[in-house]
Parts: sequence; C-alpha cells; structure tokens
Amino acid sequence: MRVIADPHRCVGAGQCVLTEPALFDQDPEDGTVIVLDENPSGDLVEAARDAALVCPSQALSVVDSW
Amino acid sequence: MLQFPLVRHCPYAPPEEYGQLREKDPVTRVRLPDGRESWVVTRHEHVRQVLNDPSFSADRTHADFPNLAPAGQPLPRDDSAPSMLTMDPPEHGPARRAVLGEFTVRQIAALRPRMQQIVDERLDAMLAGPRPADLVEELSLPVPSMVICEMLGVPYADHDFFQVNTAAMIKRETPQDERRAAFGRVRDYLDELIAGKEDAPPDDLLGRQIRKSRAGGDYDRRSLVSLGFLLLVAGHETTANMISLGTLALLGNPAQMDALRADPARTLGAVEEMLRYFTIVDTVVARLCVADTEVGGVTIRAGEGVLTLGQAANRDPEAFDEPDAFDIGRPARHHVAFGFGPHQCLGQNLARAELQIVFDTLLRRVPALRLATPVEELPFKSDAAIYGVYHMPVTW
Ligand code: HEM
Ligand code: SF4
Repeated sequence: MRVIADPHRCVGAGQCVLTEPALFDQDPEDGTVIVLDENPSGDLVEAARDAALVCPSQALSVVDSW
Repeated sequence: MLQFPLVRHCPYAPPEEYGQLREKDPVTRVRLPDGRESWVVTRHEHVRQVLNDPSFSADRTHADFPNLAPAGQPLPRDDSAPSMLTMDPPEHGPARRAVLGEFTVRQIAALRPRMQQIVDERLDAMLAGPRPADLVEELSLPVPSMVICEMLGVPYADHDFFQVNTAAMIKRETPQDERRAAFGRVRDYLDELIAGKEDAPPDDLLGRQIRKSRAGGDYDRRSLVSLGFLLLVAGHETTANMISLGTLALLGNPAQMDALRADPARTLGAVEEMLRYFTIVDTVVARLCVADTEVGGVTIRAGEGVLTLGQAANRDPEAFDEPDAFDIGRPARHHVAFGFGPHQCLGQNLARAELQIVFDTLLRRVPALRLATPVEELPFKSDAAIYGVYHMPVTW
C-alpha cells in the first residue's frame, strides 16, 4: 500500500498529523503535508485510510500497491 | 418556502426542520431575511462536496452572497483589505500558506505549557472569587482572548483594551453604532501596533509576518491588519462558546464526565464530539455558486447562494451512528464543525488544544462544579449567528 499526498491540494489543516504523527508531518514554513512513511504496514495502514477520509481537501490518497 | 435562519429551541438539538430537510429535501431553496432565496444543503456528503468545489466562491463581499443579517441591516462595508476568509483561488492559497506555519500541529503543541498557565490563572481567580461565578466571564471569554493576544504579540498592558472592545463587538446588548465603533478601535489599534513593530520586527506572529512578507517583497500593513483582525475575531467567541457549551454537555452527562476525569486520554475525542454535537457555526458557512454544478441530482446555477448547514450534516445518520446521542467515545473527527475544503478552520488545532486543556483542568481542579441556574433558564444565543450561551452561572 502506498500513501500519496498532493501538496498543491493540501490546505494545511493538520488532520492527517492528528490522525497519525508517525505517518504525517507538516512543513514548518507553509504547513503543508509531509509524508513520513510512504509504504506503511500494520496498524498504520488503517491510520492512513482514516487520514484520507478526514483530510478536508482530498489531498491524500491511499492506493493498493501492485 | 422555509424562512431562514431557523431557531434552535433546545441547546442540544438542531432546529426541528433540519432532520426533515435532510431526509426528504436535502438540496432545497429557502427564503432569507432580505427576501432573496438561497439553496440549503443538509447531508454530510453534499456539504463536503460544496465546500470542496471551486465552483462555489467564498467571496462574502459579493453583492449576491447569501446574507443572513436581519432585513434592513446590510453588512457594514469598509475599506479594509480582504482577508483569506473571503478569498478564492488563486489568491486564497498563498494568503493562507503565509501564516499556516504558525498553526501547525507541532507549533501549537509548543504553546501548550503557556496555555496551561493561562487556564490555571483564570481558574485561580475564579476559585478565589464569589460564588456563583459566571463561567463565560471568568473562563470562556478570557482564555482564548489571552492566548491569541500573546500569539499576535499584543502587550500584556493592552489586554484590557482588547477584552473590553472584543466583548463589545460580540455582545448582543451592544447597540449597532457602538459595535461599529469597537470594530474601528480594534482595527486602529492593530494598525498602530503593527506600525510599531515595523522598525525591528519582534519574534511574535505579527513580527514574523512582517519579516516574511518583506523578504518576499510584498509587505503591506493593511493586509496584516486584516489578518490580525481575522485571527482575533474568528477564534475568540467561537472557542469561548465551545468552552461554555462543552462544560454544559459534561454537566448534563455525569457518567461521561466521570469517565473523562478518570482518563484524560479521552479528552481529545470528547472535544471532537462536542464540536460535532453543537456545531456552533452553522448558517455562517455559506458560498456563492460561480459555475453551474449538480449537487444531489439538483443543478445549482451560477449566481445562486448556498448555505451548507453543518449542524444538519453533523447529525446525518449516514455519517454518524445514532447522531442525536452525545457520546464522547464515538469517532467524530469527520464532522464539519470546522467547515471543510480549503477554508477549513485555520485555527482548529489551536482551538482543540485550548479546549482540551480547559476541560482537563476544569474537571481536575473543580470536581464539584455544577450549574447555579437550571439549564432551561440559561440565556442561549438562539438569535446570534454563532451559537452559544451569554452567561452561565456556576458554583462548586
Ligand atoms: C471551536 C472554535 C472554532 C470553530 C467552531 C471554528 C469554526 C470555523 C469554521 C466553520 C470555519 C470555516 C468558514 C467557512 O468555510 O466559510 C473557520 C474558518 C477560520 N477560522 Fe475558525 N473556528 C474556531 C476557532 C478558531 C481559532 C482559535 C482561530 C484562530 C485563532 C480560527 C481562525 C479561523 C480562520 C483564520 C478561518 C478562515 C480560514 C480560511 O478562510 O482559509 N478559528 N472556522
Ligand atoms: S489533512 Fe489533508 S489538507 Fe490537512 S495537512 Fe494533511 S494532507 Fe494537508
């Protein structure tokens, strides 16, 4: 599974960081998303999906790896 | 055709009509106080769609933007610079990103020790004073005001000026001309404050903004005054109302209050549920359609207004199980109490931190807290744009 973030769509609300700080951080200057782990496993998979659901700007997508 | 805005008759429930609209007529037309019509959308899915679609503009200065002010009371127009709240792409993104670094989860976490001190000081003062005390005056209003003043870099000596004038801006009893005067005084004050920071910009939010926009070659004091004003106004009464209403919800649900006191790890979840349950900013979240768009099988045309009713969306059974139950343990983070899309509340993580600290500290330090007036006699803000309670006498 892969987590893809589109920093151009991101509005910096930080909902992803609240959901899972091990997966996401925010750029200290402009607040946009930084993905810390693009290929999460275990519990983090569910957290990545939750983050994509609460992200207000649909900046996050979770795609199954192939 | 329904006349808007509708009134909340119970502090715990949305206006009665919302449920029926959401079920039978989820995208429908209503009449506004000025006689014009607007669309309202009530389903969680549709509210999120509208707020995240650039076909809907946030330009509140546009003559066709849906206006909920009582008839005969046009919004006061002024010559101030626009703020991010009313901007659309491509201006909105850069304006918001210029200040986002101040509101990241990490940045807000660094402010927590100071927020804790502020909350403790207010509680010390309340506990040392007479009983009953008005929670609104003693805690709900001063905490967010002091926090934002310190962030912006308003000198401590001027806090009283700020308290007095922001209170006048938001109190129902304030006559219209006095309200306008208070707005003017706060703007003038900010203008002077910022001018005073220009020579040697200090290490506070306003000072850092001066340096940053100078480095980018686009420093403009009028824009910074508008930003300061927006931050001051957007986060003050909203957070204050949530402190009061959240406390009320806990007092009304003693078992959940005990559970929270026993396990502060639950507070963040409880705060999300309070935000969802009360959705104090409801009809204010509106848009103006700028390109024909289909929502729920209905075509909304360019030039038409839309109210995205967060309080209806946050009680949508498609999004929340048993939506009318207050349950601090439920997953609630997908609520739209902070809006959705590019304008989703910039200060949300600041508000979350303030609320979490307030409830944790209040439960721990004032375990015997109770209302000194029956709930039905509390003066709720059923007539205001942002829901809340004017006064809340408590004792302990
Ligand atoms: C519990 C407290 C709060 C609630 C319920 C709340 C609610 C909201 C909502 C619903 C919006 C979206 C408006 C729209 O889309 O038209 C918003 C935007 C905004 N809020 Fe908050 N807010 C709160 C606290 C704060 C705080 C503490 C601050 C900052 C100090 C703040 C600053 C802002 C700003 C600057 C915007 C405009 C963002 C933009 O247009 O991009 N808010 N808020
Ligand atoms: S939740 Fe979405 S918009 Fe918010 S910071 Fe994360 S990616 Fe950006």
